Amino acid sequence: MNLLLTISFSSVASGIHNWLVSTIPNELLAKSVEMVIAGICLLLFLVPLCFILGYMERKVAGFMQMRYGPNRVGPYGSLQIVADTVKLVMKEGLTPTGSDKFLFNLAPVIMVVTCMLVLAPIAFAKDFQIWDINIGVLYVSAISSLAVIGILMAGWSSYNKYSLLGAMRSGAQIVSYELSVGLSLISIVILTGSLKMSDIVMSQETGWWIIRGHIPVIISFVIFVIASTAEINRAPFDLAEAEQELTAGFHTEYAGMKFAMFLLAEYINLFIVSAIAATLFLGGWMPFHIGHWQEFNHIMDFVPSSLWFLGKTFFIIFIIMQFRWTFPRLRVDQLLTLEWKYLLPISMVNTILVTVMAIMGWHF
Amino acid sequence: MFLTDYIRTVYKGVRSLLTGMKTTGYYFTHARKEIKTEEYPDNRATLTMFDRFKGEVVMPHDENNEHRCTGCQACEIACPNGTIKIITKQELQPDGKKKKAIDTFVYHLELCTMCNLCVVACPSDAIKMAQTFEHSVYDKKQLKKVLNNPGSKIMEGVE
Repeated sequence: MNLLLTISFSSVASGIHNWLVSTIPNELLAKSVEMVIAGICLLLFLVPLCFILGYMERKVAGFMQMRYGPNRVGPYGSLQIVADTVKLVMKEGLTPTGSDKFLFNLAPVIMVVTCMLVLAPIAFAKDFQIWDINIGVLYVSAISSLAVIGILMAGWSSYNKYSLLGAMRSGAQIVSYELSVGLSLISIVILTGSLKMSDIVMSQETGWWIIRGHIPVIISFVIFVIASTAEINRAPFDLAEAEQELTAGFHTEYAGMKFAMFLLAEYINLFIVSAIAATLFLGGWMPFHIGHWQEFNHIMDFVPSSLWFLGKTFFIIFIIMQFRWTFPRLRVDQLLTLEWKYLLPISMVNTILVTVMAIMGWHF
Repeated sequence: MFLTDYIRTVYKGVRSLLTGMKTTGYYFTHARKEIKTEEYPDNRATLTMFDRFKGEVVMPHDENNEHRCTGCQACEIACPNGTIKIITKQELQPDGKKKKAIDTFVYHLELCTMCNLCVVACPSDAIKMAQTFEHSVYDKKQLKKVLNNPGSKIMEGVE
């Protein structure tokens, strides 16, 4: 039992690392084998995660609309997503005649690859991180804006007016909302003084930023959640997909596994956005600590750090799902009004507030 | 002036969004109580339809196999689709007089739109809407129904 308690993700990871280094003499080979193992672990984590998120979304939607959601396949409908996946795999992967075949087939791959790249600097548990780059936050915001290239590529190459309109809209949308996301990330960077993910998490040892930074950080947290919902093209900002107007927007022409890859990318993006919000504002894997109450903090440390991280992430995922099933959709002009007239000015003022607060030391 | 308007807009927006989230949050947390779904084929034994549900036209008969239809054909005239067809006969009364009575009350379910106009038009409350709804059959002919039971008579005192 005692042994079991000491096992953590970081000890397993370093154990594998030491074993690889000692058995494989060639350093380059050892490193590449380690990278492959990390990639496979990531895939093994992401595919079940997408299943869970798909099931969760349907159940949340059902309960919020006073219905059951899936309840036929498996206990409480839990195997519904498996059935859907089997259906998608069986379908024909059609490429339209008029489309640009190379770009059409490349677009879903780009979508998945970009969101897998963003996962690199995210700390899943204590000392358990794929790549602790020193410009983590900058890297995340830079790579996540690449996702629009995949959407534009899909829309443009489909040879379909619906797809093109959806892609153009998502271009305007992501370019605008990137600003608010960036500014709200900056407020935490100002408080921490570092772009490194591990530093940001460690800086919250005496309390999460959302508690320590009080009003300005709460404002930037709300702005981050709203703007990142828009950035991952989820309802109420789903103008790129726009089921109501553009059939399915940029992925109208996609079917089978290529469509499944867009779906995969959507859910991974949802997870990433929530994970980043959890890391920056809610302390990532850091347990709930209050100042210097050593006993209380010590009790909180008994809950594994990975559970803290996943708990916070799923809390934010739930909030974003609740957005989807509560709020009415926005028109294109309303979408841009919300960003340029409300979110951006507020987050600019908020950045100044945070800066003053950080300089004067007005946080806990 | 502009700034107060701006802040008021933001406040109202945030407040109304939070109200919406409170409602859906309530539905989510009280799902067991709030779910309105009828799991139809599973609860077939216990399913009760609501009072105003209109499934098909029926003619209630009492225990002596008596109905209340006088054969006045008001329902036939009221029906917009020609769903009802009443065939009447002359029946010999005990006092020697002849009186109009129904022979067959033909009801075409396949033409009926459940508009309830026949039930409203009936002066003697002879027909009413039933709450059955499992009407699908393999042969169209089975949808043509005769509502009066064989050998049934008009109830005493219904004119």
